[in-house]
Parts: sequence; structure tokens; C-alpha cells
Amino acid sequence: MLQVGLTHFLTLSAILFSLGVYGVVTRKNAVMVLMGIELILNSANINFIAFARFGNFGYSGQIAALFVIILAAAEAAIALAIVLNIYKTFANVNVDEIDHLKD
Amino acid sequence: MNYYDIMFYIFAAITLVSAWFVVTTRNVIYSAFFLLFTFFGVAGIYVLLAADFIAVVQIMVYVGGILILLLFGVMLTNTITNVDIRTGASNLLPASIATGILMGAVVSVMWYTEWKIQPTAAPNTTIKELGRLLLTDYVLVFELLGLLLLVALIGAASIARREKE
Amino acid sequence: MSESLLINLSVAILFLPLLGFITVVILGKRFPKLYLLEVGIVSIAFILSLVVMFAKLAYFPKDIIAEFTWITMGSAPFAGSFNIDLGIKIDNITVMMLFVVNLISMLVHLFSIEYMHGDKRYTRYFSYLGLFTFSMLGIVLTHNILMMYIFWELVGVSSYLLIGFWYEKKSASDAGKKAFIVNRIGDIGMFLGILILWTNYKTFTFDAIYSQMAAGVMPFGSSAWLTAAGILIFMGAVGKSAQFPLHVWLPDAMEGPTPVSALIHAATMVAAGVYLVTRIFVMLTADAMLVIAVVGAFTSLVAATIALTQNDIKKVLAYSTVSQLGYMVMSLGVGAYAFAFFHLVTHAFFKACMFLGSGSVIHAMHHEQDIRNMGGLKKKMPITYYTFLISTLAISGIPLTSGFLSKDGILAGTLAFGKLTGHWLIPIMAFTVAGMTAFYMFRLVLLTFHGEPRDHHKYDHAHESPKLMVAPLVILAGLSIFIWYTPNPIGADAGWVLSSWIKTPAQVVPYNTRYEFMRPSTEEQKAEVHGEITHSVEYTETMHWAHYKAMFASLAVAGLGILIAMLFYLWKKVDVDKMIEGKIMNTLYRGSLKKWKIDELYDATAVNGTLQTGNGLSWFDQKIVDGAVNGSAWLTRFTSKLSGLFDTYVVDGMVNFTALFSGFVGLSFRKLQTGKVQTYIVFVVFGVIILLLLFKPF
Repeated sequence: MLQVGLTHFLTLSAILFSLGVYGVVTRKNAVMVLMGIELILNSANINFIAFARFGNFGYSGQIAALFVIILAAAEAAIALAIVLNIYKTFANVNVDEIDHLKD
Repeated sequence: MNYYDIMFYIFAAITLVSAWFVVTTRNVIYSAFFLLFTFFGVAGIYVLLAADFIAVVQIMVYVGGILILLLFGVMLTNTITNVDIRTGASNLLPASIATGILMGAVVSVMWYTEWKIQPTAAPNTTIKELGRLLLTDYVLVFELLGLLLLVALIGAASIARREKE
Repeated sequence: MSESLLINLSVAILFLPLLGFITVVILGKRFPKLYLLEVGIVSIAFILSLVVMFAKLAYFPKDIIAEFTWITMGSAPFAGSFNIDLGIKIDNITVMMLFVVNLISMLVHLFSIEYMHGDKRYTRYFSYLGLFTFSMLGIVLTHNILMMYIFWELVGVSSYLLIGFWYEKKSASDAGKKAFIVNRIGDIGMFLGILILWTNYKTFTFDAIYSQMAAGVMPFGSSAWLTAAGILIFMGAVGKSAQFPLHVWLPDAMEGPTPVSALIHAATMVAAGVYLVTRIFVMLTADAMLVIAVVGAFTSLVAATIALTQNDIKKVLAYSTVSQLGYMVMSLGVGAYAFAFFHLVTHAFFKACMFLGSGSVIHAMHHEQDIRNMGGLKKKMPITYYTFLISTLAISGIPLTSGFLSKDGILAGTLAFGKLTGHWLIPIMAFTVAGMTAFYMFRLVLLTFHGEPRDHHKYDHAHESPKLMVAPLVILAGLSIFIWYTPNPIGADAGWVLSSWIKTPAQVVPYNTRYEFMRPSTEEQKAEVHGEITHSVEYTETMHWAHYKAMFASLAVAGLGILIAMLFYLWKKVDVDKMIEGKIMNTLYRGSLKKWKIDELYDATAVNGTLQTGNGLSWFDQKIVDGAVNGSAWLTRFTSKLSGLFDTYVVDGMVNFTALFSGFVGLSFRKLQTGKVQTYIVFVVFGVIILLLLFKPF
């Protein structure tokens, strides 16, 4: 094991990202899909901040992370509204059963 | 192995393990709780990266806002009488293969890339500097994000309220 | 009076009738009384022409020419640069023609007021008369052959309009068409003649052409072309003046109103042909003149033989007109230029008088034209009778009349011609015609006015015509007396008309193409006028020799003709009906009555030939041309069927194959479209992986 550095954080972020993708792809429940998306956003944030810490970019990375968090909040609000709407329409929130795109 | 490294591994382990449970647990409520731990872990990583303010915001917004929102979503979309709030999974095999390969690829990218590292001293606090940036260099984006939040607020209310005619 | 005033007056005379025509034709429907304007305009024109005539004859011995350049061509293809001049020429014969045309036109207008009364196109009729007067005056006044041709066609149009004036009658509209078409045949020749002249001389003006000819310029360098040009232009006269073989239209033209026949088809328009020949007289070679003389003599004889037996009063007069026109043409052909024009004038008066007289009779008899149903009208219509009689005496050549003077001159001219050239057949024909003329004219008078009335019903209703109709008769009959032309009733040469008014112009053709008697015969003559003399001393002597012989001979044949007519129809010593029962006489009689079947001959050859040609062309069109068209249509259809098959199976096949292939591919790939978002994401992940493997950033 080496001294913990940028690579460690990035690796952590990569694994977290893959887990998020796995969640998004496999879960049937729309809320679970949203949770996967949150994981992906968090992994991105880790990247931003890690590069800000090790790349001598000042605080722009942290600002970006802050904006991502704000966007995630907005996204979560909108996505849950959509999920509620889907539930009203289809009486469930299983994304694999909502395949109207096919037609 | 110093304390910093140990702290990193602990937080990384918390994050990854809880994230693993988030995406694998069949029970939605369990997932939500494991997501709480993931967020805490990530906040710890932020602290290790000298981003104290972001870590606080992470806990406040994610744990206090988004996670509660997700729990509301879970509860509103699963009828109370229907106790089985477990949820199934699909595309398990192709998704496992795809994400496995993806993870390998991305991790190897991260691992083998020659990053240009210019370490600087960790600041005592970042709040002052972030506040200055937000109101100078990024003020336009800042205002736009405020507008975005307003739009999201109205849009979410509007979408959620729409009645089936 | 100045020269320019004379020119202005002449132009005014020319355009006044046109003004009348336009006004009446436009406003005539709204104001039916407008015909009085037309009559007034023609009267003014007549008075002006009277003034112009006396002014010209008394004060202007030289010709007056007023012209302007109409078109200037810098460089026309094939022709180079040239000018086309328009203008008028006022010489003695012009002003005399002006007087004749306007006088008769005015009298006919006056006559028509009564005669045409009650016609439904009354105003229209007067406007046509105005158009005709304008066109005729144009022919008379023009100084170039182009304008002559234009006005020539205009009189043809007005003649056509007036012959077919009662176009509801099939025969009238047919006659109009016939006149028009027959005239076209002559006009083609005239046009070709004009083209020959123009191609060589680059001008249409008569005097300019003649001065070049006098300088020795021949068309295409040969005098034969000159002869051709003369004969071709003469063809126009053959058509317009109804010479054989194109004389057939004139008798049919009698379908028009009778005053029109008097104006157009007796006095003026048909004389235009003669006038044209007088205009081109100076460029006629000996050969052309002989052709003209023979055509004139033959026409005269044929028409006279037909006139002998006709029963329609207007037909007799029509054939008489053809015969007299033949006389004039013959006279020009034998070189008696002055007498030809003199006869034109005198004939215009007495023939117009006869036609108007016949109109008066027809009017009185309620449109009865057959002389076999008349008779005894002398008592009922004394003024008409006496004026008609004077005209008849004039045309028969009885002394103290104008006709005697002019006719005698023409006969003397033919006699001199016969003696000088040896063509004795022409004088023989001329004298025969003189006798026949006397016979048939007296036959007409006797059958119409003497004897017992044969149709009592119509006779009882007959009455003398109103004053407006008899006044023109009296005036015209008065003008048929010798005293207006010469103080000597048996010799016209001493009179002012021939001694000073009408002068034979000098020939411009080369000496060797003239008759011998038209060449200068002595050195003095040559020196005197630079060889431009028209008649030799010899000719003058021969004319003197012929004068009294011709006079006595013509008196003898005319007396004989009158005597026979008296025997046949007044005293009835010889039964005509019995006489024509003989075989030879019967054949001749029937031939004459049927007009020698010339119309039938034309129907069988020209008309039928044209129709057959038309049928042939139609057959060709239907079978060959249409066949070719249909064949190409069939071919096109066949080709299009082939390409249709190609389209259906090859092009459509390819298109359908493409569609099927696309459908097949689509069906195969359709399975990827599950509609499930997560599946798509898996694909995206695989895509990202592939990209990573491709770019190998690690």
C-alpha cells in the first residue's frame, strides 16, 4: 500500500461510480434508480474535490462540487415529482414495466 | 501508515460497503439507510480532502434533504397495506459484466494515468474563500442556480400536482 | 391660286370621304340621319374637285407632284439603301378623273337617298360609298405604284362590301366572294410586276422609274423583262377592269344595289384598270401593247356577243360595260392613248346614266329586272326614257353625242394600227363590236320602253321616279352631249379635251422595242425632243387617213345594228323566235345566252380543280400525315409500355427490395428497442467500454 494520494481518491470515486451505474441498471424501483444516480453524482464530486486538492486549481473544484450538490437537490425534487406522477399513472414505479418508449 | 491513511481507508470502506448494500439490498428502506452511511462516508472523504464546507453541505443537503425526499418517495409510492416493499432487480448478468468491465477500465485509467500533482498546504478553512468566489467570479452562475432552484421548485410542484383528467 | 393650295385641296378631296366613312361607320347606328353628312361631304369634295380641275387645266400646264419620304432604309438585307416615297401627282388626267369620280359619286349618293330608302342598313350603305370614294380617289391621285396597289385593294374591299351588301341573299354574298377572288388572281400578276420594277429600280414612284428607263436601265438588263413587267401589271387591270378571261365577276356583281353598279361597276372602279394602263403606258413595249390590244379586242367581242341575248336589264348593261372596257384597253394597246382616256370619261357618264336609268326603271317596277316583263314604259317614265335614249345613242356612236367622238377616235386608231402593222383582225373585231353594241342597246331600249306592256300589273303601278332620282339622270345625259368636249360634232381633235387637256405622254422604252409608228421618223423630230416622241409623222398621217373612213364605217355598222334591232323588236318584221329555231342560229343563241359557258368552264376546271386538289390534300393529310402521326403515337405508346414494364419490374423491384431489406434489418434490430431505459443504459455502458478500449487512455 502506498501513501494515500490522488490515485486513491480517484480509485474510490471510480468504484463508487461503477456501483452507482450497477444500481441504476439493475434496480427496478424508480426510487432505487435515483439512489444510484446520487452515488454517481457523489463519485463525481469526489473527483472534483480531489483534483482541487491536488491540482493547485484554487477553489474552483469545490465551487463545482457545490453546484453539483445544488443540482442534485433540484434533480431529486424533479425526479421524485416525476416518480409520483408515474405512480399515479401506472400504479407502480417499476421502470422495467414502463416501456412505452418501445411503441 | 499514518492516521490520515487510516482515516481514508476507514471512510473509503464505509462508503463502498454501504454503497454496495445500497445497490444490492432488495428492501428499499434498507437501501435508503445504507445510502445515509454512504453519504457520511463521502463527507468524511471530503474532510480528508480539506473541503470542510462541502462536507458540511454534503451532510446537510444530502442527508437532511435529498435522503428525506427519497424516503418520502419510497413511502408515497409503496402502499402501506402492501407490506412487501422489496423490489426486484433486472439485467443482473449483463449489468454485472458491463459494470465489472467498466469498473476495471475506469480504475485502470485512474491508476495508470500520470497525474500532474501539485500538492499545496491544506487551508484552515475554505468558507471565506468560497464565499468570496461565489460573489465575484461565479456570481452569475450562482444567481442562475438560484433561478434553477426556483424553477425546480415550481416544476416539481406542478408535475406532482397534475391530476389525471 | 398657288401650287400649294392646289395640293392642299387635292389632299382634302382625298381625305374628306375617309372622314365621312369613319364618322358614319362609328356613329351611324346612333344617328341614322348621319348619311346626310356623307352626302354633304361628297358634294363638298365634288365642288373642290371642280375648282381643282379648272385651276389645273387653266393655270398649271406642268404636272404638280407633292411627296414625302415615308420610309428610309439605310441597309436592308438584299436591297441596300432606298427610300419609299408617298405622294400625289396632279396632272391633267388626274384632275379629270377627280372630276368624273366625284361627280358620279355625288350623283349616286343623291340617287341612293331615294333608291335605298327604307333599307335596314341605310347608313352603313352610305359609309361604304364613302370608303369607296376615298379609295378610288387614292388610285387617281397617287404618284407611286405602291400606294396605287394599296388603294387598288381598298377599292376591291369596298366593292366586295357593296356587292355583298344584301348578304342575306346567297347569290349576293357569292357574287361578292367571286369578285374578290377573281380580282386577287389579277392582283397577283400586278404584284409580281411591281416587284420586278422595284427590284430593279429601288423605287415605287412612277416618274423615278420612267426616268431611269429613259436613261436606258432595263429590268435585269433585258427588255424582255420590261415586256413581262408591263404584261404583269396589266394583269391587275385585267382583273379590275373585267377583261377576258377574268371578266366573269362583273356580271355577277350586279347583285349589288343598282346605284353601286353605276358608280363602281360601270363608271369608276372598273375604269381604274384602264387608268392603271394609262399610267404605265409609257413603259409598254410593242409586245406588251399587242397583248393588251388583243386582250381588249377579244374581251370586247366576247362580251358583246353575250350581251346580245341577255334578258336581265342589268346583265345587258354589265356585258356592255365589259365590252366598252375592252374597247378602252384595246385602244391603249393600239397606241390611241388619248382616245382611250377620252372614252373612259364619256363612257363613265353615259354608262352611269344608263345604270341609274335602269335603277329608276327597276325602282318603278318594284325590283323587276327582266326586260321581257317590261315594255311601254316610255309613257310612264318620260324623263328616264329620254335620258336613257341619249345615253344609248352615245354608246352606239351616233353623231352629236360624246360617245360618237370617243368611239370614232378609237375605231380610227384601230384602223390606223391595222394599216401600219398589218394586224387587221383588231379593227375588224372593233367594228363588229360597234355594230353589236348598237344592236343590243337598242334591243334593250325597245324592249323596255317601247311596244306594249307585257306585265300589266306591274306596268299599272309604274311611275316616274322622284326628282332626286331623275336629276342625276338629266345631268349625266347632259354630259353625254358633244358640246362639253368639242365645238365640232364630228371631229374631236379640234376640241379642248384632245387638243390641250389629254396629251399622249412620251414613251420611255428603247426604240427597238417600240412599234415603228411610235419611233421618231425624221431627223428633225429626233433633234427636237431628244427622241422622246411617241407618234411618228407617219402615224399622224395615217390617223387622218383613217378618220373619215372609220367614221363612215362605224356609222354604217351602228346604223345597221340599230336597223336590225328596229326590225326585230319595234316593227317586228322578223320573228326572232322563229329565227333561232334554225340549228346553227340556235346553237349560237344558246351559247350567247349561257355566256359561252365560261363560268361553267371555270367551275369545272379552276373551282373544281381547286376542290379536287383540296380533297387530295385532305386525303394526304388524313392518310399519310395522320397516319404518320398515329404511327408515331403507336410507337410512343409501345415504348412507354416497355418502359412501364421496366418500371414495374426493375425499378419498382429495386425499390421494393430496398424497402424489404430495410424492413428485415429493422425487424432484426427491433429487438434492441425494448423500451426499457435500463437496457439502454447497459448499451451505453458497453459503448463507453468500447470507446475506452479503442482509445486506450491507460
